Amino acid sequence: MTRTAGNEAALVAALKDGDESAFAELVDLHTPAMLRVARGYVPSREIAEEVVQETWIALLKGVGSFEGRSSLRTWLFTVLINIAKRRGVRERRDLDMAVVAYTGGTVDPARFRDADDRYPGHWRPTEVPSAFPDTPEGSVLGDELITLARRELDKLPERQRVVVTMRDMLGLDSAEVCDLLDISVANQRVLLHRGRAAVRQVLEDYLRETT
Amino acid sequence: MTTEPMNCNELVELVTAYLEGSLDLEQRARFDVHLLECDGCENYLQQFRATVSTVGKVPIEDLDPGFRNRLLDAFRDWR
Repeated sequence: MTRTAGNEAALVAALKDGDESAFAELVDLHTPAMLRVARGYVPSREIAEEVVQETWIALLKGVGSFEGRSSLRTWLFTVLINIAKRRGVRERRDLDMAVVAYTGGTVDPARFRDADDRYPGHWRPTEVPSAFPDTPEGSVLGDELITLARRELDKLPERQRVVVTMRDMLGLDSAEVCDLLDISVANQRVLLHRGRAAVRQVLEDYLRETT
Repeated sequence: MTTEPMNCNELVELVTAYLEGSLDLEQRARFDVHLLECDGCENYLQQFRATVSTVGKVPIEDLDPGFRNRLLDAFRDWR
């Protein structure tokens, strides 16, 4: 994923000249992440592929006037999301409304002491979290946790999934994500926190059972 | 200056804001002070960091060669 800005400009210039190898290189670089993001909006892999293909065609048609004011990745994701939203068959609720409507916490309230306890709002003695074990790269447990995390990501509500995918899987920063999804910093943070908290809970449940 | 103590059930909702550096300084101080005396919340924060790092290791699927070829065909049509 590391490509210097100079390199990208060179690839875009080669693409404008009709260089197929430049196109192939850009496709290899960006398509996997584009598919991942598109899947957050549409119900099948096939439709996600159509969305990605439409995005690349839009780039080919528009590359003559692409001036590199934004990074190519930002340009691609912006176009991709617009196409994906149009293709998404799921009912689109207003994002900010959905966030505001949510009132509960991300941790089961039963894990905390009651209001009449000496330490209200603190962990109950039986519910105190334990640190997750270290999982070296490639360890069996580490791989199991990654599999669980992936499965839980797929189950998250659409907007949480898209935000967590962009931030924690693809490494976009908060400003980029807010811009691409046209949401406020505060709502982005709520979605990110809720999604991460759901994955954390699944990992904790698993580790409590197995260790 | 007296600082209102933070409870565990409040802290767990602020972890992402804490990690993003977006708490105001008063909130951040309450968070840090609570962490000093609460092993449960220190562990919760560690779990949260480990979760973020685990999600970061979820592999992005490899590009399907058939789909890659379709994209290259689209390129040849365009050129």
